[in-house]
Amino acid sequence: MPSYDRIFDRLGLRDWCDADASEAPMSMAQLLAKSSGGEEGGALPFPSLDTLHEACDAIPQTRDMTLSVEQGFLAIKDSLKFVLDPLTQPLSWMLEAALWAFTATPWWVLIPLLVWVAWVATRKVGITVFVAVVFVFFGLIDHLDVALQTLSIIFVCTGLSVLLGVPVGILMSRSDRMQKVMLPILDMLQTLPSFVYLIPLIFLFSVTEPKLYGIAIILYAIVPVIRLTDLGIRLVDKDVIEAANAFGMTDRQKLFGVQLPLALPNIMAGVNQTIMMSLAMVVIASLVSAPGLGVLVLRGIRNLELGVGLVAGFGIVLLAVMLDRCSKAALQRIDPTHETD
Amino acid sequence: MTSPKIRVRNLYKIFGPDPQRVLPKVRDGGIGKAELMERHGHVLGLRDISIDMQAGQISVIMGLSGSGKSTLIRHLNRLIEPTAGEILMDGQDVMQLDEESLRRLRRRAMSMVFQKFALLPHNTVLENTAMAPRIRGDARETREAEARKWLDRVGLSGFEDRYPRQLSGGMQQRVGIARALTADTEIMLLDEAFSALDPLIRTDMQDLLLELQTELHKTIVFITHDLDEALKLADHLVILKDGAVVQQAAPQQIVMRPADPYIEAFVGDINRARVLRAGTIATTGEPAGAVIGEVDWHDTLEDVIRVAEGRSDATVMVSRDGKAAGKIETRDLLSALIPYASGRGDAARADASRASIPVSARITTPPVV
Repeated sequence: MPSYDRIFDRLGLRDWCDADASEAPMSMAQLLAKSSGGEEGGALPFPSLDTLHEACDAIPQTRDMTLSVEQGFLAIKDSLKFVLDPLTQPLSWMLEAALWAFTATPWWVLIPLLVWVAWVATRKVGITVFVAVVFVFFGLIDHLDVALQTLSIIFVCTGLSVLLGVPVGILMSRSDRMQKVMLPILDMLQTLPSFVYLIPLIFLFSVTEPKLYGIAIILYAIVPVIRLTDLGIRLVDKDVIEAANAFGMTDRQKLFGVQLPLALPNIMAGVNQTIMMSLAMVVIASLVSAPGLGVLVLRGIRNLELGVGLVAGFGIVLLAVMLDRCSKAALQRIDPTHETD
Repeated sequence: MTSPKIRVRNLYKIFGPDPQRVLPKVRDGGIGKAELMERHGHVLGLRDISIDMQAGQISVIMGLSGSGKSTLIRHLNRLIEPTAGEILMDGQDVMQLDEESLRRLRRRAMSMVFQKFALLPHNTVLENTAMAPRIRGDARETREAEARKWLDRVGLSGFEDRYPRQLSGGMQQRVGIARALTADTEIMLLDEAFSALDPLIRTDMQDLLLELQTELHKTIVFITHDLDEALKLADHLVILKDGAVVQQAAPQQIVMRPADPYIEAFVGDINRARVLRAGTIATTGEPAGAVIGEVDWHDTLEDVIRVAEGRSDATVMVSRDGKAAGKIETRDLLSALIPYASGRGDAARADASRASIPVSARITTPPVV
């Protein structure tokens, strides 16, 4: 550090540096450095904020920066909450209602109903039987309630993701500028470690509110449906669009009559991805009180209950396979280019 | 003559970042396509195009790829905006139309047939055919009745509930034509409509189009790169090269009097006996002496040869609307079969009449197969 001391001396900044001589608390690193008696070893440390702070008190430490990020967030927290709280309140209601509906309905109504939905969506005997077997299996090993809780959260979050994501994707496909703005945001949402979503949300909402994990799941899972809606519409055959224009279609007629139907296979692929991603997030969301199979996984980790964790993990895999096969079969049925007759 | 249905006047199209800036260089400075690309980084799409298209006629625009023919046809319904010039349709400038009027024009006044069919893959044949009235908002019964009528007319009844991908290319293009006919517009634009089809099916479709035209008398603008197709269909033939009109006239005239070596090279390889009409080479006046037979004004030279029984010293009478209108000496017929510029046949005569054009300047075309 003498080297940096000398630089500040030579630049004539010593007075500015010592203007408010530090009575600030020392960092752990400083304390350690002091206790080890200072290093005159001649090594040249990287001129980081902390190193420079040692030479010149006026330069802020790195922890001041993280602190200011936190303070900045806390400063806008109240106003943010004031806006977001009522906006997202319906999400809480929907999640609560779905959880209630899935747990309060007697099993002998719910399981046949879900199997019937699988049949209507896929029209494939194999998949429908598989769905039935999975539910019976969950029932047998007493995991039916938690599995249904997980399923209900996924239904609500995927539904909302599609409801919000498709219009955003349409907007993106129509304007290159919108696409340019949205792409980095989507990249960020997709690469941000899933735990990081939870941090600001915990500050904003109380941990007992379902919308906390609902928002986290939707933010994480909405990306593919937006991306693939945009892509699907942009990939629609230029010749067909030209024909639509030549016959005088309005933008609305083009969107609903040509672009969306032809982009549907891509959009459905996005929905499939969205389902898979919300399933991944629902486990992490159990850290913030999301009920379901994730809670059992968490218990397995916390209490080192190996069996509980593994069985719950296997259950999640079963749910994933079931949802994946169902959505893919539904996609294939809708896809106009795959139709066979 | 009545005023033309479609008039294109001094149309320019330049592709690039700032077409208006380089427009004067092309219009007044007269720089060419290559120079514009090299010096200014703009692509010359169309250059000073002026064409009159008569109502009830088939106007064929022919050129090789890159000649700007597809760009030109897309200007007529403003799928592409021109850099300069005007397009008049029944005297109304299409360029002045706002979005709403342009949409009405596209819905009511013109329909289009595409090279790659451009049918909606998720709609049935019937729904595709009824596309134009559906866009206009007609009731389901009326539009489907209309669509069925035209599907039947192009020979596709029974296929109404199929999807386009279940049909062959030729059948898909029949749907494309039925779709354009169901739109019930006075103008039909056909953009290389038959180019993607097999030769035999292409001939079928050309016959179908001609047959429909004798009945419907639409104003048809037809784009092609195939000279035989152009000569077969055209009432008025426009030949484009590098975005400019090289020659426009009746096809017979272009074959008999090509304007420049480029077109000579083009028409050098065609079967002239099948393309040229008796009326084109007939001399007026009563035939002196014995005639071996009689042909109609519109018959091809092949028919004349057939009537003359292949003799080279006979005279054939040419009649028009049942009345004698002229005669053809078969000796003249034989010389009409020789293209001046092809380098084959009567070389001396070709050299004498075309001495000003150096042979090296002529564009070589592949030999006839």
